[in-house]
Amino acid sequence: MLEMLNKVLLHNGLVTAFALVGVTMWLSGVLSRRLTFGHVHGSAIAIMIGLALAYVGGAITGGEKGLADFPLLGGIGLMGGAMLRDFAIVATAFEVQATEARKAGLIGVLSLLLGTVIPFIVGALIARAFGYSDAVSMTTIGAGAVTYIVGPVTGAAIGASSDVMALSIATGLIKAIIVMVGTPFAKGFLGLKTPRSAMIFGGLAGTVSGVSAGLAATDRRLVPYGALVATFHTGIGCLLGPSVLFLATKAIVG
Amino acid sequence: MIIYGTALLAFCHLTGLFLGDLLGALIGVKSNVGGVGIAMLMLIVLKIYLEKKGVMPKETEAGVGFWGAMYIPVVVAMAANQNVVAALKGGPVALLSALGAALTCACVIALLSRSGRDTTAFPPVHHQEFTQEQDI
Repeated sequence: MLEMLNKVLLHNGLVTAFALVGVTMWLSGVLSRRLTFGHVHGSAIAIMIGLALAYVGGAITGGEKGLADFPLLGGIGLMGGAMLRDFAIVATAFEVQATEARKAGLIGVLSLLLGTVIPFIVGALIARAFGYSDAVSMTTIGAGAVTYIVGPVTGAAIGASSDVMALSIATGLIKAIIVMVGTPFAKGFLGLKTPRSAMIFGGLAGTVSGVSAGLAATDRRLVPYGALVATFHTGIGCLLGPSVLFLATKAIVG
Repeated sequence: MIIYGTALLAFCHLTGLFLGDLLGALIGVKSNVGGVGIAMLMLIVLKIYLEKKGVMPKETEAGVGFWGAMYIPVVVAMAANQNVVAALKGGPVALLSALGAALTCACVIALLSRSGRDTTAFPPVHHQEFTQEQDI
């Protein structure tokens, strides 16, 4: 009996994921209303539950894909993977008012550049403070502070050691998690109210995953504007990291 | 037909990612440059064009809208896929760099979003009947 149920779930991974995420969203909605009286958005709670489950999954299986490392829950990996994530993000573009996006285009580009350079400088400085004082390590960890893809891509290009690469990935992941969880609480401070502010946020907060989850947990209508800018983040980081930023770091620290 | 909308979305998605890869190869980067962004821009432009031609019935819109509404559940699944264990294992350097970067950027966002004239606004509610869900 149990074996048969197992088989059904295993052979229908994606459908199992739909059911599981549906239950999680419902539970989050209940928690949001009962525990926080609607102050904390249901989506924010659902994302936190997701992250907590990812920790449990990683701790038990020792894998790298969180909950998706359980064979029974492999469908979560498909549902939350790059393919469906990008498909759903592109679909949100349907809600973008072209006129509004165009009004904020220039400041979006500006924040994209700032969003690459500022985290890089902060990350590189903190790496140096902890004794990673060579240009390669500082650049790699600084690039990790941009996004968790820019870090290893940059590190591989300039020949960083594997422990520094791991550190830079960890930096990027923690930043994404901070953005996911922190954004709904900081929305007042950040001034996140309009399409323009969402585009500034998308440029500066980095990582499509962090931005999209953070905005989703704040106000669903902000998502497409933020994602539109954030999607260029990793590409620009991979462009500037191993080139301009590395050479600048090398010129300064020798 | 609903599939027309979903196919339109798929067309934009694939073309955008392909152009993003091409752009990456062109400037010598080992990554996709703005593929999703290019796909979003294509969808925006195509939507305006098809609406002007009068060939964007409600069903077609629903074929895109469904996926837009599935966005938050997909993000929840994505959160459940993150390598949280590795992130926490990074120790103080990773934690402080990430925290420092996030806080500095938050201050710059707060400054920029209050600077200049912000004339952007959301469309009236009836534009979002397919893509906007009630708060859960």
